[in-house]
Amino acid sequence: MKDKIIEKLSNLFKDDIIEVSEFRGELTIVVKKEKIVDICKFLKEEPELSFDYLVDICGVDYYREKDRFAVVYNLWSLKNKFRLRLKVYVDESEPVVPSVTSVWSAANWHERETFDMFGIKFSGHPDLRRIYMPEDFEYYPLRKDFPLQGIPGSIPLPGQEKVKIQRG
Amino acid sequence: MEEKIDKVVESLNRRNIEAEVRKDPLGTEMILNVGPQHPATHGVLRLVLKLDGEYIVDAVPELGYLHRGKEKIAENMTFLEFLPHTDRMDYLAPLSNNTAYMLAVEKLFGIEAPKRAQYIRVILNELSRISSHLVWLGTFAMDVGALTVFMWCFREREKILSIFDLVTGVRFTTSYERIGGVAQDITDEAIHAIKGFIDNFPKELEQCEKLLNKNRIFIERVDGIGVITKEQAIDIGLSGPNLRASGVSRDLRKDEPYLVYNEIDFDIPVYEEGDCLARYYVRLDEMKESVKIVRQCIEKLPSGPVKADEPKATHPKKEKIYTKMEELIHDFIITNFGGTPPVGEVYHAVENPKGELGFYIVSDGTGYPWRLKVRSPSFTNIQALPLLLKGHMIADLVAIIGSIDPVMGEADK
Repeated sequence: MKDKIIEKLSNLFKDDIIEVSEFRGELTIVVKKEKIVDICKFLKEEPELSFDYLVDICGVDYYREKDRFAVVYNLWSLKNKFRLRLKVYVDESEPVVPSVTSVWSAANWHERETFDMFGIKFSGHPDLRRIYMPEDFEYYPLRKDFPLQGIPGSIPLPGQEKVKIQRG
Repeated sequence: MEEKIDKVVESLNRRNIEAEVRKDPLGTEMILNVGPQHPATHGVLRLVLKLDGEYIVDAVPELGYLHRGKEKIAENMTFLEFLPHTDRMDYLAPLSNNTAYMLAVEKLFGIEAPKRAQYIRVILNELSRISSHLVWLGTFAMDVGALTVFMWCFREREKILSIFDLVTGVRFTTSYERIGGVAQDITDEAIHAIKGFIDNFPKELEQCEKLLNKNRIFIERVDGIGVITKEQAIDIGLSGPNLRASGVSRDLRKDEPYLVYNEIDFDIPVYEEGDCLARYYVRLDEMKESVKIVRQCIEKLPSGPVKADEPKATHPKKEKIYTKMEELIHDFIITNFGGTPPVGEVYHAVENPKGELGFYIVSDGTGYPWRLKVRSPSFTNIQALPLLLKGHMIADLVAIIGSIDPVMGEADK
């Protein structure tokens, strides 16, 4: 199954695959973010692969100069009972990834969560609002530079004016 | 209706009469806020409904009222220290959460629990599945007006909680599992109690069924309500009993066997209808299957240790720590800095009572996870609510929310 996926993908998207790795029997494929929608569509619609079930989308903050963030797509094929992990790297300067909501509707809330927690924007998303934090919250809590204790004054208590505190 | 309006506007335009379309001129559409403090939403789920009379036109679920930042907390503690937090996510089945988390951590470390520990895990997993489904059955029946079932289900659940007390030492927030095994061995007294429970439980469940299965009020409240087709369910990412009620036979216990599920004989109940009644039947059948699994596990329960001897990953035995130098050092290192996993990323999912609960761990080689993501089933199940609610009456709202069994502690993390 693993060889088949890699072979089929590299036939069509030879230049877009950056890295293929395996750890503890799990296959991870790193691809270029511009092609993520095409690759997802292909993986879903190719009858032999048919990754028709989107399990999860999440972000990772590696906290480094280049390719600071990653967006991880966790797919499942109902037909082959096989898991696949796709990954795209995102730079901090331009944190925008094409949305895959057109491929699976399940991506909607997962992308909203990733946006809420990491500030990665998904272009073409129908309803990109924060999902957990208040709408007017200015920070992204799961970024590594956000302190564990939170930022004092960023969430006003009842009956309290919002205090502006400068970043940094 | 819209076509008609378009035709009228077109004919007016042809006669050079300026027309303005005012949708809903009588103001029948209404926005209604349900929750977050509402008994039927089973927690702090908030729904903003758009109503046309009594019919639901659109629904927008709002999350985040119980958001505690579990994923951020996880990045700042060792793997074992995060264990008590998993109890508080799906608080109706803490032992399932413990198992899911520990299996993910064990996969990262590359170790495996001994056979006896795996059997104990399966027994407790299935018991917590029964207890979670009992809460669901009770509250679901209460939502549609049958109060007796609620009392009976909670009485049965109380017995399971007493069993947890015997096995783990606590009734509710168990934190029973450890990396590479479980905290303590199961006693004969506890096995006796479990046997007594599974012998008695099918009869009690039958009593509940008798109250509901041919109850006309119950059937009319749930039959054909909140239908989701197979294709829609896959597309929106439903999982667990909700997905199996729509005709998709996906159960990770069969598809991706973990622990000792491949040594046990059980069936996956699947129903095709995709409505609230099908979801009710799926969960009822699952409880019966769970009883079957627990019975087989108790028969097969092997003897042996209940925790792996892996000094780089998990705490050594207490007796050895007191008497041996190496073990003392390992205990010190693991308590202070966590184990030493390899650099890499793993994802492990189990079939929780609510659906697929997965943990995705990115490790940088230290004792703290670099990133830990919880794939919670309630989160994706709630995402399907607008699809289920559209076109139904407001009285069906409570039945539909109840039927998908959301737990907000897990959806909000």
